[in-house]
Amino acid sequence: MHFFETHRLTKAFGGLIAVNNVTFHVEEGEIYGLIGPNGSGKTTVFNLITAYYPITSGTIRFRGKEMNGLPTWKVCKEGIGRTFQIVKPLARMTVLENVMTSAFCRTSNTAEAREKALEVLQFCEMEKKIDFPAKGLTIGDRKRMEIARALATSPKLLLLDETMAGLTPQEQADGVQLIRKMRNAGITIIIVEHIMHVIMNLCDRILCINYGQEIARGTPAEVANNQNVIEAYLGKE
Amino acid sequence: MEMFIQTLVAGILIGGVYALIGIGMTLIMGVMRIINLAHGQLMMVAMYITFVLYQFLNIDPYFALLVAPPALFLIGAAIQRYLLNPLIKIESIIPENQVLMTVGIGIVLTETIRFMFSSDYKSVKTSYSTATFNIGAISWNVPMVVAFILAVVLTASLFFFLLKTDVGKSVRATAQNKDAAMIMGINAEWITQLTYGLGAAMAAAGGTLLLPIYYLFPDVGGPFTLKAFIITILGGLGSAVGAIMGGLVLGVAESLGATYISMALKDAIGMVIFLLVLVFLPGGLKQLTKV
Ligand SMILES: Nc1ncnc2c1ncn2[C@@H]1O[C@H](COP(=O)(O)OP(=O)(O)OP(=O)(O)O)[C@@H](O)[C@H]1O
Ligand SMILES: [Mg+2]
Repeated sequence: MHFFETHRLTKAFGGLIAVNNVTFHVEEGEIYGLIGPNGSGKTTVFNLITAYYPITSGTIRFRGKEMNGLPTWKVCKEGIGRTFQIVKPLARMTVLENVMTSAFCRTSNTAEAREKALEVLQFCEMEKKIDFPAKGLTIGDRKRMEIARALATSPKLLLLDETMAGLTPQEQADGVQLIRKMRNAGITIIIVEHIMHVIMNLCDRILCINYGQEIARGTPAEVANNQNVIEAYLGKE
Repeated sequence: MEMFIQTLVAGILIGGVYALIGIGMTLIMGVMRIINLAHGQLMMVAMYITFVLYQFLNIDPYFALLVAPPALFLIGAAIQRYLLNPLIKIESIIPENQVLMTVGIGIVLTETIRFMFSSDYKSVKTSYSTATFNIGAISWNVPMVVAFILAVVLTASLFFFLLKTDVGKSVRATAQNKDAAMIMGINAEWITQLTYGLGAAMAAAGGTLLLPIYYLFPDVGGPFTLKAFIITILGGLGSAVGAIMGGLVLGVAESLGATYISMALKDAIGMVIFLLVLVFLPGGLKQLTKV
C-alpha cells in the first residue's frame, strides 16, 4: 500500500479529456514533482484530488482509504491541503484571521486556533505581517499566506500549485527553503512548478504529463534527459 | 423644529428594525450571492406565528421572539437544503435560477397563509401598543423603542457571532471565497443552510418586533422584500455594516417623506432613494466608508 496513489485517473470536460488515465503514487516523506507544458492538466489533477471537480473515472487512495466521492472539506479533514495557482485570499480578513480560519479545521477553541496560526506564521516567517489585511499583500506574501493557511489545517499531504510563479529570485530561494523545511517537519509534498531549477532541486521523483497523459517519469535527471519531455517543452526538431 | 425631530426619531426607530431585516438579506446575499426575494414573505410567516401565539395562547409578542425566529431558522435552513442547494448542481441557461426559486417560495408562502387565514387584516393589540412617554417635547412610542433596542441587541449579537466565533469565521470565509473556505475544512453547503436560516430568523425577529404596531395580512411580505432589497443595495451588496446604515437611511427617509410630502407616497420614497443610489453611488454606502 502506498501513502498516496491514483489509479487510471481521468477527467473529461465534454469532449476534452483534460486528464487521461494518470496513474502514480507518492511515498510518505517524498517531494513529488508533477510537470508538463501549459494546459497539460496539472491543476486539473489537483482539482480532482481535492474534489473541486467530480472524477470521470479512476480512483484516488490516501493512506489506504478510497477518497472518491468525498467532498472538499472532508478531503481537508483527511489530511490533504493545497494552495491555488491563482491565489484565493480571504481579502477582507487579516493574515492572522485567514490562517486562524484554517486552524479551526482541527479545533473549535479560539485560543488554540490562534496559537496554531501564530506557530504556522512563524514557521513561514510571516510573523511581522500578521495584522496586514490580506488584500494589501504582495503576490509573494499572498502565496506564502496560502501555504501558511494550508499548513494550519495540519495536512499530511500538501499539494503546491505553482507557488513560485511570479516571485523574485530571492523569494524563490526562500520558497525552496520553506518547502524543504515542511518536508523535514514530516509533510509529504506534491509540487506543480514550471521553474525547472526549483523542480530539479527539490523533487525525489517526477511525473511529466502532456495533453493529460503521462509522457515520462523517474528521477529529475532521468526526466530532464527524456526525449519525450524535451520535445514536449521545446517542440520537435 | 420639534416636528422635524419627532419625525427623525420615528424614522430612526423604525430604521433600526429595517436594518435587522435588511442584514438578514445581506447575509444571504454575501454567502450565496443571491437576492432572497422571499425575504419579506418569510417575515410575514413569522408574524402569523406570533399572531397565532397571541390570539390562541395569549402569549405576548415579545415572548414570541423565542419561538418565531427559531421556527423561521428551521424553515429557512430546510428551504436552502431541499430547494436551493439542489439547484446549484443543475446546469442552467439562467444562472440566477436560485433567485427565481425564491420568488416561487415567496408566492407559495403568501398563498398558503391566505388559504389558512384569509386575506383579512389582523392585528395584535397589546396593552402597550399605543403607550408613549415624553422626553421634553418629543413623544416616544413604547413598542417602537423596545423594537429598536431589541433590534440593536440582536444586530450586535450577530456581529459578535460573525466576528468572534469559529462558525462565524467560517460564514465570513465562505462569503469571501467559497473555494478557499472548502479546502480549509469548511462544509460550505452546511454554511449556506446556516446562513439562510439565520437570514430568515433575522427577518422573523424584525416582523415580530413590528407586530404590536403593524397590521398583518398575507401580502405584507412583498413590500418588505422590496425594503430589504433597497437596504441591501443601499448598503453595498453583501456589507453588513452598510445594511445597518441602509436601514436607518430608509427609515428616516420614509418618515420625513410621510411628514413633509405625503403619507401616501411613503413607499415611493424608498424607490426614489433606490434609483438615486444606483445612479450616483452604485457601490452603496459601503463605497463611502470602505468597510
Ligand atoms: N473547468 C473547466 N472546464 C473546461 N475545461 C477545463 C476546465 N478546467 C481546465 N480545463 C481544460 O483542461 C486542460 C488542462 O488545464 P489545467 O488547468 O489542468 O492545465 P495546467 O497543466 O494546470 O496548465 P498551466 O500550466 O497553464 O497551469 C486545459 O485545456 C483547460 O482548458
Ligand atoms: Mg495549472
